[in-house]
Amino acid sequence: MRDVLNVASAVVLRDLRRYVRRRQDAVQPLIFFVIIVTLFAVAVGPDAEIFAKIAPAGIWVAILLATTINLDTIFLSDYHDGTIEQLFLSPAPLPLIVGSKIFSHWCATAGPQIAISVIVAAAIGLELRVVGTLAATLLLGSPILSLFGSVSSALTIGLRGGAMLQALIILPLYMPTLIFSTSAMHNAALDLPITAEIYFLAGLAVMAASLAPFASATALRIRLG
Amino acid sequence: MITIPFHKYGTPKYFYSWSLRLRPWLKYGCILLFTAGLVGGLWIAPTDYQQGESFRIIYVHVPAAWMSLFVYIVMALAGACGLIWHVKLGDIVARACAPLGAWFTFLALLTGSLWGKPMWGTYWVWDARLTSELILLFLYLGYIALQGAIDDRRTAARAGAILAIVGTVNIPIVHYSVEWWNTLHQGPTVSKLDAPSMDTTMLIPLLVMALAYNLYFVAVLFERVRCEILEFERNKNWVNELTQPKGIV
Repeated sequence: MRDVLNVASAVVLRDLRRYVRRRQDAVQPLIFFVIIVTLFAVAVGPDAEIFAKIAPAGIWVAILLATTINLDTIFLSDYHDGTIEQLFLSPAPLPLIVGSKIFSHWCATAGPQIAISVIVAAAIGLELRVVGTLAATLLLGSPILSLFGSVSSALTIGLRGGAMLQALIILPLYMPTLIFSTSAMHNAALDLPITAEIYFLAGLAVMAASLAPFASATALRIRLG
Repeated sequence: MITIPFHKYGTPKYFYSWSLRLRPWLKYGCILLFTAGLVGGLWIAPTDYQQGESFRIIYVHVPAAWMSLFVYIVMALAGACGLIWHVKLGDIVARACAPLGAWFTFLALLTGSLWGKPMWGTYWVWDARLTSELILLFLYLGYIALQGAIDDRRTAARAGAILAIVGTVNIPIVHYSVEWWNTLHQGPTVSKLDAPSMDTTMLIPLLVMALAYNLYFVAVLFERVRCEILEFERNKNWVNELTQPKGIV
């Protein structure tokens, strides 16, 4: 158990340090996210009432796109500088290492993403309850996005046109997360209970956490081993 | 004592020869069943009291929709065999399944939307089953795109297997979440095994058509697999003996 914690904390600390040093990896998706929300607002027009109605959809679609663009930061730099091969040689189980890398990716991206989404949602005048629901769905949804995303990222690593391919592969798999999150926000706007959606998201997150590290590790071995 | 060498039938070489022997059976069985099913469905089956003649598209639509899911599962299982037990045939079958499954899905969507026009008054609605069928099509296209992007065949097949397995885990979740999200599609009428809410003269042609689709799938799949085998094993002796004209050394 101690060994497991040692390996995990070593990988997480190293990756977090990398994110701190290469801040653009975590910051650029946020800018991208704000730009997409702005695109939605401009396309809808100045009618604030209509925009408030479709804002949950717009915000969540923007989150999905920003996440998809950002997924390759999990493995790509390690692939380029050869760290991945070293990790393969490590006696520690690869799923543990991969799981830790996904966890640090989530730490580095989810926090800022939640903060900026809440600020954006509040700024466009969504009710407090809806903003709170957005934060809750993001808190449960973002690990799902990172976990499933790691599989597609591992499958497409180092391929020509990998980013596009990754989006094609992963976006259909994000559908349940999108459905439960936006439906929770719609219910919140109508003062309906949101417990069911939250439970579903939590269940999905648990499932993704228990399966995705193994799938990603296998995918990495297939592609590079 | 006679023992059946199952492991032998799974090798590409033996698969090639025994599937070639099955070929006429599959071909004529498929043609026969298609004729029977279409005649039964388009002429013999009674007109639906509510939907009129346009209900007859189910004889093309419903089997295609069944096949779309079935082929995905076959693809994932074959891929898993290749991945776990390194069965070369599994890799080849999985690769050959993908375009077939994508076409079945497309056919189900196309016929569904043609049927939707007289029934719902519009070609497309964001109904739960239509949407989850569309997502299934996206999953197929993603798989095919991944296959195309990786040059090495074995790596491509094994990476595809991972994707197909992840997709299989997700299909029920996608299906039920979409169902929950919105439903307009009519409820299932055949799956209730004890008493299908369908007349027998309507039901039998549908089941015959389903069988015909299955045979068609197997026939075309074997055809594709044989082509892949020839390419895969092009450096092997037995392939050279097959493809070289006789008499030339």
